[in-house]
Amino acid sequence: MYSYSQFDRAFVASRNQQFRAQVARRIDGSLTEDEFKPLRLMNGLYLQLHAYMLRVAVPYGTLNSQQMHRLADIADRFDKGYGHFTTRQNIQFNWPKLNDVPDILDSLAEVEMHAIQTSGNCIRNVTADHFAGAAADEISDPRPTAELIRQWSTDHPEFAFLPRKFKLAVIGAEQDRAVIRAHDIGLRLVKSGSGASGYQVIVGGGLGRTPMIGKVLRDFLPKADLLPYLEAILQVYNLLGRRDNKYKARIKITVHETGIEAIRAMVEDRFRIQKAGFDGSDQVLLAEIERAFALPASLNLPLVEFETGNRQNPAFRSFVDTNIAAHKRPEYAIVTISLKKPGQTPGDATSAQMRALADIARQYGHDELRVSHEQNIILPHIHRAFLPRVYQALKAADLASANIGLISDIIACPGMDYCALATARSIPIAQQIAVRFQDLKLEQDIGPLKVKISGCINACGHHHLGHIGILGLEKSGVESYQITLGGDATQSATIGTRTGPGFSADEILPAVERLITTYLALRHTAEPFLETYRRLGMAPFKTALYDGGVGRHAA
Amino acid sequence: MSRQPTGFTGKILTANHLLSGEVIYFGKDHTWVNRFELAKVITDPLAAIDLLAEAEGQTNTVVGPYLIEAAQSIDGCPTPTHFREGFRMRGPSNMFHGKQAEQTL
Repeated sequence: MYSYSQFDRAFVASRNQQFRAQVARRIDGSLTEDEFKPLRLMNGLYLQLHAYMLRVAVPYGTLNSQQMHRLADIADRFDKGYGHFTTRQNIQFNWPKLNDVPDILDSLAEVEMHAIQTSGNCIRNVTADHFAGAAADEISDPRPTAELIRQWSTDHPEFAFLPRKFKLAVIGAEQDRAVIRAHDIGLRLVKSGSGASGYQVIVGGGLGRTPMIGKVLRDFLPKADLLPYLEAILQVYNLLGRRDNKYKARIKITVHETGIEAIRAMVEDRFRIQKAGFDGSDQVLLAEIERAFALPASLNLPLVEFETGNRQNPAFRSFVDTNIAAHKRPEYAIVTISLKKPGQTPGDATSAQMRALADIARQYGHDELRVSHEQNIILPHIHRAFLPRVYQALKAADLASANIGLISDIIACPGMDYCALATARSIPIAQQIAVRFQDLKLEQDIGPLKVKISGCINACGHHHLGHIGILGLEKSGVESYQITLGGDATQSATIGTRTGPGFSADEILPAVERLITTYLALRHTAEPFLETYRRLGMAPFKTALYDGGVGRHAA
Repeated sequence: MSRQPTGFTGKILTANHLLSGEVIYFGKDHTWVNRFELAKVITDPLAAIDLLAEAEGQTNTVVGPYLIEAAQSIDGCPTPTHFREGFRMRGPSNMFHGKQAEQTL
């Protein structure tokens, strides 16, 4: 893992010192709220419905056990004993007090963490494949690139006042686990025909009120050209981005209105100028960073315990079948830990669970943890010999739900239970769906299914990309839920299609049940929901939702 | 919790507390209180605007003051007409946190 340099440490310390003074000036009345708000947002501090909320960056979703322990300590000392992992691989604390925040930030800095650029119209925390450095199908580890971008973009003076927020995601495999096509810029590490390393650059993706799938700006960008090319894109965006209208200010609109060809020409022009200013020192830095992300030394252990466990314990076998992914090393496994126990708030972990996760990672997992955009935690490097013990430890911490990729593994934003922007709740809808299908014991039979729920049009819950997407809105003074079908967050990214009128909070669960019943009746053998939908289209699902007349919302 | 029967309608002045971030209401006793039932129901629209303007000046105590609609519920007490304000009044529905957990105050 990357460790802070002297420069990083001094920078974060100085930012924390500045913010401490800004908080003091706000409290003593020297700063008004209008003056203070942009300063607190630069440090990840929001004011939500019931309290302040502090969003802490987990760069490219990577944590070590010490950091996870510290998050648990902060949850206990300054919050209500839990944290919420988000769809941008961050963690949010829902109840901090304003005058505690400087101490929280100092405490984070001690373990090389911060909340800088987790809000505001700047380059946000860079996300990456949560299986980075471990996945069997990976070409290159995306994290060194993400770390290089983090260093380059942190406090970058030219890009501190962009027309709107700007999100980047990086992957290093064909399989897209980081939704790069729904980011302002998505990068995929690729090899050229001659074996040279580089990036496929995708631009102009995004969700929100105008969802767009990103377009390829460059099929192959040589590795050494990354930063000047990113600067060129940002400069073009900075110039053309719609500062007159917040809802049209994201680069997806700029690309859409200007056209990808024209954008490409402008970016290439700027790129030639920017490139001349780079002397190769960024690549020296990148090489140093790459060394910090080397695969941990392999353990040599017998697999007897794993094989016995697999044979003797059906619950363990089910966990292995559902929550384990293939590692680069056949004797290793990637373990995804569900923060979606049916009935639980998606993405929430108690401080006790965080400590258990940290201890398991330290004892069995080369001290590494990841946060996924699907709001789960990953142990990227577990020797298969340790799997039975990891499973037992997870079970003891109530973290052994074997539901990864199934209907109860739902993404849900905080919604109106916490968020000041929300128009409806998301969490209770996720809880109801998860509990209902657990009770029906249909989850495994239904198979792979992504349900994604947002509590407003801003789409933090990625509803457009859910096989079943649910968007909570307000209609005539009550919560109303729109359904979209056929969304896809992977390399075949697709925006889901709206089924029709919305459903009330009481009607949404029966509506989802009707969709599933229809799917089960119409699917071919072993055909996942998304494939059935693609084969048959909207018609049978629409009939199931609306033509029965049962539970239809009058909206 | 949404549209309640209305015996009267009035405004309630609300904000978040600067230090704690907690939801607060302008009270019957003309101080900021943290429980909805202690809030002052303002029936004169002009008085509501005046109180809001005054609150906007109190930047050392409150953040983001605004007026909400209140109606009389079946039991005769004022209640917010919008469900968003219902959540602010009680706390989140997924956890027993916030005001609902502090009703013994």
